[in-house]
Amino acid sequence: MAAIKVHGSPLSTATQRVLACLYEKGVDFQFVPINMAAGEQKSDNFLALNPFGQVPAFEDGDLKLFESRAITHYVAHEYTGKGTQLLITGSNKEAAVLTLWQEVEAQQFNSPSSTLAWELFYKPFFGQATDAAKVEENEAKLGKVLDVYETRLSQSKYLASGHFTLADLYHLPNIQCLLSTPAKKLLESRPHIDAWVKDITARPAWSKVLAMQKQ
Amino acid sequence: MTMKLYGLAMSTCTSKVITCLHEHGAEFELVPVNLQNGEHKQPAFLAKNPFGQIPALDDGDLTLFESRAISTYVAEKFKGSGCDLLRSQNPKEAALVKAWMEVESQQFSPAISSIFYQFIIVPSMYGGSPNQMIIDESSAKLGKVLDVYEKRLSSSKYLAGDFYNLADLHHLSYIYYLMKTPYGKLINERPRVRAWWEDISSRPAFKKVAAGLTLGDKN
Repeated sequence: MAAIKVHGSPLSTATQRVLACLYEKGVDFQFVPINMAAGEQKSDNFLALNPFGQVPAFEDGDLKLFESRAITHYVAHEYTGKGTQLLITGSNKEAAVLTLWQEVEAQQFNSPSSTLAWELFYKPFFGQATDAAKVEENEAKLGKVLDVYETRLSQSKYLASGHFTLADLYHLPNIQCLLSTPAKKLLESRPHIDAWVKDITARPAWSKVLAMQKQ
Repeated sequence: MTMKLYGLAMSTCTSKVITCLHEHGAEFELVPVNLQNGEHKQPAFLAKNPFGQIPALDDGDLTLFESRAISTYVAEKFKGSGCDLLRSQNPKEAALVKAWMEVESQQFSPAISSIFYQFIIVPSMYGGSPNQMIIDESSAKLGKVLDVYEKRLSSSKYLAGDFYNLADLHHLSYIYYLMKTPYGKLINERPRVRAWWEDISSRPAFKKVAAGLTLGDKN
């Protein structure tokens, strides 16, 4: 029985972030599906794992964690010797560049891309109507963020470094959603971003995450 | 070469970094950025932070932005000086600090910053009226988050454990501003949250910073 358990849903972007990290590291884990349609994430059992009632929740032995970026940070450090190196090892200054681009994802990219994913990907999936004004507003916001990324990726193969790191990985779930919506034009029209997207979405670990959605 | 922090003492994000610097007794120079003149959107500043927001930090050949990335860098750089806000030598403690830092970033700040923006910034910087619907919605969200904090603080002195840490620190400036508004009741109505607030805001490092948190003050 694996010491690591992930409680979540393969359709949840936050859960996917954690799964991608675990597959990159090649560590064994047990996936415990949470029935979100039935509101299982608000059950007492689940709230004992994540008091905010959101997927994913994570266990490694007696350590219980929540927040996908904290979970992936822990996994990347704890299992630093295994699988893909997702961190920048070296001086504190070099490591700070990774923290920076992780924060950029959380503070600048996440909000407009999540709103667009919700409006253009999830709402149609659930049979709800898209709010066109919100789409327009957030495409504009995301466009400005992506202009900065385009410049960055013209100077650096990946966001924080010459190699793939957690900072790039954090973007995968929302990018994957956007690729099946009209908003993909925002990614495809910027050449360095387009190349980066094609590269990171082709990673074998990410394909394993996508395969879980089909089960 | 002394570190340079570009920003304003009254800004919630800049003051988050200043508090962290003071906790470690770290020397730095605060270089004001003239937001009213649009200095943060000029090429010289954009070269430091391409998103055109304060704060930014220069430490020799390193330039950083995003307040939580800067504070994390500072906490790591100065951790030897009797202050250990990240608990990086203990993987389990470090993981819990990181989890509660993410809670502040993803759950707490979006809700409280809306209230702060509507109630304090809109009138004082734009001469407008607060949008009460947004305030009410954000207060409800913040209340739910603080209910979780109330429960958490019944079994833990600080958010991530029985040790003051960076996750607690990141809450200080926004709560300080909230307490200047009627919505301070969200803190005061929850006894353990209130006690935690009184503890962390009485730390000397924050008291130095609080004097500069003057947005919305009338005089």
